[in-house]
Amino acid sequence: MKYFVALLLGLATGVVTALALLFVNPLAKPRALSPVAISDNELLVFAYSAVADDTIVYTNDGESIVRPYPDKVLQLWERPISRTAVFATLLSDSRNQPAGIGIKFRSDSEDTRLIAGEALADSVWYLYLPGRGSLFVGQRENYWSFLREVVAPAYWSAADNWKGKWFGNVTAGPNALGTGRVSGGSGDFRSVSGEAVEALSATAFSLDVGPVAVDGTLTIELIDPHAADALTAEPTLNRPDPDAPLTAGDPVLP
Amino acid sequence: MIKTYIIGTVLGIVAVFAAAYFVPVVDQHRESSLIAVTPNGGVRETFHINIPMDRIVVGARTAAEPVPPGLQWPDDPIVDGVRAELFKLRNANDTVIGVASRVAATDDMLGDTIDWVLHFPARGSVFISMRPEAVEGSYRVGRISAGTREFEDLDGRLTERWVSGDPEEIEGPSGRIELVSRFVGKLDSLGDDVHAEDDPVAADVVSGAGSESGELLR
Repeated sequence: MKYFVALLLGLATGVVTALALLFVNPLAKPRALSPVAISDNELLVFAYSAVADDTIVYTNDGESIVRPYPDKVLQLWERPISRTAVFATLLSDSRNQPAGIGIKFRSDSEDTRLIAGEALADSVWYLYLPGRGSLFVGQRENYWSFLREVVAPAYWSAADNWKGKWFGNVTAGPNALGTGRVSGGSGDFRSVSGEAVEALSATAFSLDVGPVAVDGTLTIELIDPHAADALTAEPTLNRPDPDAPLTAGDPVLP
Repeated sequence: MIKTYIIGTVLGIVAVFAAAYFVPVVDQHRESSLIAVTPNGGVRETFHINIPMDRIVVGARTAAEPVPPGLQWPDDPIVDGVRAELFKLRNANDTVIGVASRVAATDDMLGDTIDWVLHFPARGSVFISMRPEAVEGSYRVGRISAGTREFEDLDGRLTERWVSGDPEEIEGPSGRIELVSRFVGKLDSLGDDVHAEDDPVAADVVSGAGSESGELLR
């Protein structure tokens, strides 16, 4: 009997030790320096509030910490989309002036591996910038540091909240340097490519409502030098491009 | 007894790390992809959005009835000409499999823009810029501008059209937005020599692949 008790105590000790090691995981450090911050290429910097009530609309499965906004918005309760959140927000440029509309789709990633310090999400941004055109950003995000340094302390707090200062890049791929992939859509951004990094800056988080004071920054590096020129040039008309594969030889299109 | 305790500790550590390594934390629910292989390569997949039940958001300065009620569209003039919509996206079996956004914008300098983003949590996302001009007055067509994960190495087209519902069906949808995609591998990219009559996507829509006739999506 005493051996059985010793075995159980040992198992309990082992489980607690392993969980502590997973949580502390010294290999999982937040990346504060953005790979695109030292780029010579043209950078577009957009800021937004990551607080649901500051967005135009925010929706998820309706059972998460962050409540959908406005209250009557349709919730994503169906199983294939229940681990997805979508929001639309007004983006500000680096001078804090409205720059356009951003829509973000974010889904929990099946590649999440806690043993590697990876709480991953697959997300895409759609940006429409009036007078310029549209951009698409595909990225993989890692929220492990945010969970460990912001959300977990909120759970341990008697008041169920966290206050402090946290800053980190959440973009973790798919590019080799841990940047997201940018593709141009319409207008001046047609045929443009680039890289992107999204960062979060948090000062308050509550288990009741989620982010209370959390701001996001999306930094986009346009690799195509012609695209950078286009940003300072007069916008061009959105005429069909005669060289575009879609139109060439396609008799049903004017 | 100390040895037993130590063995238990090691077992506990190994068990937790093994579980953390092998047990998936996230398991996205998957529906089978309902695809058809097209005669000249690639696959065709049809999606639809039932209106109004799948409409999550209709946001625009001029929207008479914004969806959801209480939506506060930004009053900044920079987004005056922008209309943003979010939808739930269904497959051919009428099962919700993703979410989608459609942004239509009118800009004096840039002209018209119509962009779709289709997001499938278990598969990836696709970004399509539509040509604003209607084809034969009944549908629009656009080319895949970018994709992620499963769609990263794919090229192809997407068509959009509006199909009216049965007016006698009181509780049914008033209609549906039908999206037909044709995906091909980038190595088999739709070249410049692809004609509409050879394009299964366009051909299906023009000839009315379904039984209903379609019209241009506003």
